[in-house]
Amino acid sequence: MSTPTLLPDGEPRAGGLRHGRPKYLEIRDLSVSFDGFLAVDKVNLDVVQGDLRFLIGPNGAGKTTVIDAITGLVPATGSVNHTGTEILGRKVHRIARLGVGRTFQTASVFENLSVLQNLDIAAGSGRGPLQMLRRRKTVDPAVEEALEIIGMEGVAGKKAGILAHGQKQWLEIGMLLVQNSDVLLLDEPIAGMSQDERAETGELLRRIAASRITLVIEHDMDFVREFATSVTVLAAGKVLSEGSVAQVQADKKVQDVYLGSSGAEADDA
Amino acid sequence: MKGLLQGRLGTAAGFAAAAVLLLVVAPAVLSAFNLGLLGKFLCFAIVAVGIGLAWGRGGMLTLGQGVFFGLGAYIMAMHMKLADASLFGGSGVPDFMSLYGSGQVPGWWEPFRSPAVTLLAVVLVPGLVALILGLAVFKRRVKGAYFAILSQALAAAFAVFLIGQQATTGGSNGLSGFRSFFGFDLQDPDNKVMLYMIAAAVLLLSVALARQLMHSRLGELLVAVRDQEERVRFLGYDPASIKTAIYVVAAVLAGIAGALFVPLVGIISPADVGVIPSIAFIIGVAIGGRATLLGPVLGAVGAAAAQSALSSTFPSFWVYFQGLLFVLVIGFMPGGLASLASMVGKRRRNRTARPLPSVPTPAAASASAPLTEGEASMPEEARR
Repeated sequence: MSTPTLLPDGEPRAGGLRHGRPKYLEIRDLSVSFDGFLAVDKVNLDVVQGDLRFLIGPNGAGKTTVIDAITGLVPATGSVNHTGTEILGRKVHRIARLGVGRTFQTASVFENLSVLQNLDIAAGSGRGPLQMLRRRKTVDPAVEEALEIIGMEGVAGKKAGILAHGQKQWLEIGMLLVQNSDVLLLDEPIAGMSQDERAETGELLRRIAASRITLVIEHDMDFVREFATSVTVLAAGKVLSEGSVAQVQADKKVQDVYLGSSGAEADDA
Repeated sequence: MKGLLQGRLGTAAGFAAAAVLLLVVAPAVLSAFNLGLLGKFLCFAIVAVGIGLAWGRGGMLTLGQGVFFGLGAYIMAMHMKLADASLFGGSGVPDFMSLYGSGQVPGWWEPFRSPAVTLLAVVLVPGLVALILGLAVFKRRVKGAYFAILSQALAAAFAVFLIGQQATTGGSNGLSGFRSFFGFDLQDPDNKVMLYMIAAAVLLLSVALARQLMHSRLGELLVAVRDQEERVRFLGYDPASIKTAIYVVAAVLAGIAGALFVPLVGIISPADVGVIPSIAFIIGVAIGGRATLLGPVLGAVGAAAAQSALSSTFPSFWVYFQGLLFVLVIGFMPGGLASLASMVGKRRRNRTARPLPSVPTPAAASASAPLTEGEASMPEEARR
């Protein structure tokens, strides 16, 4: 690869970039209510560029709902500020164009299109009408690079529908990369993966997170321990604890939530 | 079929063969009457090309294409009526207006005296109506069955409206009795051949347009919108704009087809634009194979030809046959007749299928179930 643009140098670390003016995601008093039930209750959350933040918590804690609210899928109150731009209240596709990208618990790629077509579409929301009406002849350099990063050059021509589960998740991450998102919101990216695939995905996350604002929802504590640079614990819609993995694990409140009331929680909202 | 038509050369050859067949062979072989019939079928095929894009590729079940077909047809019919009245009557007032109305040409007819305005309006009016309708409907995320019902209701309302305007649109009689087409005598057999040629040329052009759209980035995006509309939003696209764009293309094609239908067939009435013809358009497309390029064309021509042949021998039988065919195709061949070839091919290949070596990935060691070729060529299908 001659001109790497999608991959930064270095590793992510807690607190994010220490130099320059890092991008950030600043969430203040974010609340989501479903018919009176507060799924997310005045959540405050800051993630800085270069930090690989994991969002953990028991089922029903509101983790996915937080991401849904940030991406405009569910109406929410409060404020979500992306490096100076308020994104709450905008339409889904506008938020996406502001550089906020996400994946879904169940990988949702375009199964009738090839891997290459999936990536090309993800890379193209800024294309003008004339470009849209033309045939896709060359491969966008960013798409080529993303294929290499997610290691799927060999299956570029295959339909996404026949990919293995793990490959679909990687493809989704690749789509986020070419979409040029600087905020990556990943909802359980390793669910259903084998051990090897998990390790690969973890490495991939570390590689891409150093220059981005990354928030990952995850249940697997081993995975969190290995790859997170910082962790936020959510329970019953509220932020319970925040810090490094060790700090969070030592937190009495967190231990109570995980050990004490595991059966009493509702299903994930 | 796919193998034959692949590559630029193959496409050009296929296109040339179709052109020769339609523009040279058909006029030489067919009687004047049958050539006129074929011309009429080709008009339906032009509508079908648009439906293939909107429904097959875009997932919009356009059950009301009769509206746009009718708009194009009535605009052309109004122009021909006015031209006839000036050429032959001298008064400039179409005959039926003196019979049923005040003998005055209503103001909104007047612009269509001009041939240029008429030709523009045939394209622009259906396009604009579809644009406004599409934005209103798709921005509100009306889709699926609701969209189908809405467009069907529109076709019904349009027909009812036309029937009510006896004095200005001819009511349920419609507009007929045309004698000239832009100054050409419609009784002249040569001019009839010319009309057929125009319809055939327009069909060839619209197939070329559809092909370009299908293979463009927009076409790929359209399939993405069809399959996962919500997902597309998270990539920064507004699906409503994409759907509206294709809906407008389909409407314009239907409008042009309507405008060609009038001089070829010699009449346009509410019975040609209402619910039943709108459904008939859809049936042809479904039978042919809605997601393919040529399926809708062949389906539309085939269904119309069968209707014409069978309904003259068994007048009441055709409707049942049409219904049965529709049920069989939807039930057993959702991809339409066009999927027959790939279904057979897939079955044959599955019999001899062998697993391919797994594909290298970052987690090459663990990678994936074996990919079989049969699955890889799965027809993109079966979604509405």
